[in-house]
Amino acid sequence: MATLEQANPLVEGLERLPVHPTTLVIFGGTGDLAHRKLLPAVYNLAHEGALPERFNLIAVSRSDIPHGDYRAMARESIEQYSRRPPDDQVLDKLLERVRYVPGSFDDDSVFDTLEQELKEFDDEAGIVFNRVFYLSTAPAFFPVIVGKLGEHGLEQIEGAEVRVVIEKPFGTRLQEAADLNRQVLAVLYESQVFRIDHYLGKETVQNMLAFRFANGMFEPIWNRNFIDYVQITAAEDLGIGRRAGYYDSAGALRDLVQNHMLQLLTLLCMEPPVTFDADEVRDEKVKVLHAIRPPRPDEVVRAQFTAGMAEGKEAVGYLEEEGVPPDSRTETYVALRLEVDNWRWAGVPIYLRTGKRLARKVTEIAVTLKPVPHLAFEQQGSVGVQPNQLVMTMQPNEGVSLSLGAKIPGTRMRIRPVNMEFLYGTAFLSQSPEAYERLIMDAMRGDATLFTRDDEVEAQWRIIDPILEDWSSDTDGPLPSYAAGTAGPDEANALLESGQHWRAI
Amino acid sequence: MAMVDAGAMWSAEDTSPGDIEEALRSLLREQYERDRACAPARVLNLVVVVDREWRGEILNRLERVGRYHPSRTILCAVEPGRTTIDATVALTNQDDDNPGDGISLTRERIVLDLGERHIAKLDTIVDPLVVTDIATLVWSPHGHPEALDALLHLSQVVLIDSVNEPDASSAVGRARELAEGAYVVDLAWLRGTPWRERVASTFDPPQWREELGRIDKVTVRHRSDSAIAGVLFCGWLASRLGWEMGSLMQGNGEQHGKAHARRQDVVFTLVPDEGQSVPGLAGVEIGTASGMTIGLDRGPGGLAAHRTDRKGIESNWTVLGASRGESGILGEGIRQALLRDPAYARALGCAAAMLR
Repeated sequence: MATLEQANPLVEGLERLPVHPTTLVIFGGTGDLAHRKLLPAVYNLAHEGALPERFNLIAVSRSDIPHGDYRAMARESIEQYSRRPPDDQVLDKLLERVRYVPGSFDDDSVFDTLEQELKEFDDEAGIVFNRVFYLSTAPAFFPVIVGKLGEHGLEQIEGAEVRVVIEKPFGTRLQEAADLNRQVLAVLYESQVFRIDHYLGKETVQNMLAFRFANGMFEPIWNRNFIDYVQITAAEDLGIGRRAGYYDSAGALRDLVQNHMLQLLTLLCMEPPVTFDADEVRDEKVKVLHAIRPPRPDEVVRAQFTAGMAEGKEAVGYLEEEGVPPDSRTETYVALRLEVDNWRWAGVPIYLRTGKRLARKVTEIAVTLKPVPHLAFEQQGSVGVQPNQLVMTMQPNEGVSLSLGAKIPGTRMRIRPVNMEFLYGTAFLSQSPEAYERLIMDAMRGDATLFTRDDEVEAQWRIIDPILEDWSSDTDGPLPSYAAGTAGPDEANALLESGQHWRAI
Repeated sequence: MAMVDAGAMWSAEDTSPGDIEEALRSLLREQYERDRACAPARVLNLVVVVDREWRGEILNRLERVGRYHPSRTILCAVEPGRTTIDATVALTNQDDDNPGDGISLTRERIVLDLGERHIAKLDTIVDPLVVTDIATLVWSPHGHPEALDALLHLSQVVLIDSVNEPDASSAVGRARELAEGAYVVDLAWLRGTPWRERVASTFDPPQWREELGRIDKVTVRHRSDSAIAGVLFCGWLASRLGWEMGSLMQGNGEQHGKAHARRQDVVFTLVPDEGQSVPGLAGVEIGTASGMTIGLDRGPGGLAAHRTDRKGIESNWTVLGASRGESGILGEGIRQALLRDPAYARALGCAAAMLR
């Protein structure tokens, strides 16, 4: 048994480890993310008894409303979006610990009031609460808020920890991300900064680490000698809905490739970390990003969807979507070919593709193995032997499938591929928690494993920035297009090598 | 919403395990041919042995366990005097487990009506019906210890509720006996999880952690029939803090005892709480030689916590958390069958020392 001086001896066997009493401050507390995700996530943590034993929440936003109105608004959000019906008593007790600070994020008086509220919570409890500042605002406010926290001495406090969670997007170009890092790190230590990529909070994304590093059978073949190529797909069947303002300025490359898809790539390609400490894992991910050369222009395809049929209904094209400028050149689809130039992966093409209004919603990684070197069977009368393919699906049917060649019953030796499938839902009793619940708890706990580090985010942008640079100089002529409800533009086929093909969406 | 496909059901009188297993395979095959989006869940077998007259109540409890359903449930309903085995097999498709995923999880339920004469050899009836290569959990909420003994070699995990034993001594004795042959999940232990978590949390800050070595008083209030919950709580503290436990003594309707800690003795008291309606603990108070006390009591929206520090300054707050209810506790018991908590066996060892 650990000595009393070394560790808390009471925690052994407990699933939920103690978290220091915390005050969570949500900047943008009346915004859409707080409304649909953050407040319901906080409630669900409270319901399960997972919050720190003492917990307060302060929302900061522009709307000039009193505490009571904000509590009513928070109650409504939780009742509407919680993944379980709220327990009235828990919700009442949680809302008792909620306060609201109105005002603009560049207004010093807001931070004076915030400081006062934080101190009141500390004084009332007779302890110093940890502070988690959650920046759920427009990106332009990230440096403003961090700067004001520094000016008001809120960036650190004696006897407790101060952490800052920053929502995506973290910059829109490399220089912007680097500037933002510089501004943030002028006030905070990197260990205090938690850059959100909510994809990493998804159970099935984390399962990739377990899949790769808890199973000895894959490691011997996880390299250029056995793997022919990899496809990472994040396809969405929906259009842009009411997000035209954001989406038209971002596009598919910034929206999904720069962050989520590169995260999947690094988890797929990273070397085993020595431990699962945050920095050990992130060191390995950054090494992968550093080994990726930015793609040449002919290794990238972008396109826009045009009118077509989706889910049996007519769907308008991107340029006809509400709020989209008629001359927009924003890509709704992007496919690219990358290579990781290191000993494990050199020469293995890794194809990424993502898009809106594609035939189906699916996020998956497909690893195609090299074909067998010699085939003793006749293939006549069958689809023949296909290379083995290992597919890890993040959504919708989370799981892993492996295609194998098998003999078709009968007198002749005819082969066709069959699937060996593992479906996540069939093998576990519980549903995955919401990604935000996991990430909020990790931030309160100070575990940054599932958050993006400064050098990681800049390494991501180093790969993406040259593509944006190239596109910014190519402003003439129409973009390639694809009809809504299809698998994407034909031009994407040109990225593939002979004998390779895109998986059906 | 759980939906039972009317076609996915089979029943027979005076049948045999072989016929039941064959019928189950046929039902699964037919369902797969009808709907390839149905995938059988393969997580856990649950074998439940109940009195025939209470089988409906147990089936209802199992329906309400929330998301922690076993994948195959085999319910053995024991009816005095019965000589034959009747069986009903049903497939339940639950399509709300993975909303939007396009797959529907199939769970299998086998209800066997059998007699007392079958109990001694119950393993030979159940063995052909469990899914191999996944864990098997056995639960016998209405006693039938001989059924549990018969099934022990088939199962990796036994679910018990020590609160149902006549007294704390027999509860600890039975749990330790079962633990020699299988991993034991005790609902009485799981009811105490939030209390243990909160006490661990309170003593987590370094300045409070030092106080662990100065604990000199532990008072636990429990429902009058849940003394075992208090014993397990004290056993947990003792096992984690290295106390040498003395025996419990009765007096004034309470139970008192002493433990030898490294620096001083610890007085512990178990107090029945007549006002407590649900099984388990009603409150915990821990005092230290330096004058600090922390207390936790059941309250609305969570546990009502109070603390007095060395200077006598008091502080009160609510530790948020919804009551899981007895169905939630049962669901948690099923979930825990796939995990391992090393703290229980050690707490049980200290509990045994208290009840010598």
